[in-house]
Amino acid sequence: MSTGPSPGDGSIRPAGIDPRGPRFAAALTGLVLAVTVLTGSAWLLAFQVAVFAVGSLAGVSASPYAFLYRRLVRPRLSPPAELEDPRPPRFAQTVGLAVTGVGLVAAVAGVPLAVEVSAGLAFIAAFLNAAFGLCLGCELYLLLARMRAGRASPA
Amino acid sequence: MGWTGVRVVLLAAFVVLAVGLGLWRRQADGRVRPVEGQVLNAADLGFALGRLATLVQFSTATCTPCRQARRVLARVAERTPGVALVEVDAEERLDLARELRVHRTPTVLVLDSLGTVVSRFSGVPSEDQVEVALRSGTGRIVGGAGG
Repeated sequence: MSTGPSPGDGSIRPAGIDPRGPRFAAALTGLVLAVTVLTGSAWLLAFQVAVFAVGSLAGVSASPYAFLYRRLVRPRLSPPAELEDPRPPRFAQTVGLAVTGVGLVAAVAGVPLAVEVSAGLAFIAAFLNAAFGLCLGCELYLLLARMRAGRASPA
Repeated sequence: MGWTGVRVVLLAAFVVLAVGLGLWRRQADGRVRPVEGQVLNAADLGFALGRLATLVQFSTATCTPCRQARRVLARVAERTPGVALVEVDAEERLDLARELRVHRTPTVLVLDSLGTVVSRFSGVPSEDQVEVALRSGTGRIVGGAGG
């Protein structure tokens, strides 16, 4: 019946976003990546790499999929019940960029099935987010924290 | 089997893997696991223990399910006298998180009145699951022995 202090990261929170936007974007991403696996197209992979890059570097609201959401989907929906922190979806874009970026480089270098495998791995993450609402950063939390702690100077 | 066949098989495998992972995670969410008790005290948490039980939620700053889990826990804690709720920023307390083997967020530890960890669960629980965790199957609030 009593509550303790909330985690204070000390930083200013960015403005909340409609949580349905990232779910829609994840579904689109999954679709694009599934087609990429089916076709083995490095060009389609490159397109998705670019989309991830925009979402990662400029924020999810700048992503073309978010643009589609705002133009085509959101006008048909009632306003969101609540807003969510845009940083976890943005983090997911960064993970997608890393996985598909490496795949694209490997594909250009001639590694067989690099397109299919990297697209498939990114597809799994997009699918889990779209279908199950899975939060990638939450799952990888300790791994990331250890990596970050490893880079920082010892306390 | 040509390249197209290989790709179809690959995609099918990825879909099966993704669905499997999703379902596995979903059934694991909120499921209470009893543990051999490590003991946390007020000094560890920076907050006093509950009279009967304490719910300790490990969160990170950017974790949407953590917000949802906290709301569920708060509703149960509010209507259950003697139960305290503490939220710990796992990044600030990496030491605690490592010691308690917190791998994902949200993870909630259930402590009895002495601060011994009696069970834990991860993911967003239902209110029923929290109630079950608090009572650890004995019907009385964990740590409620004698009161």
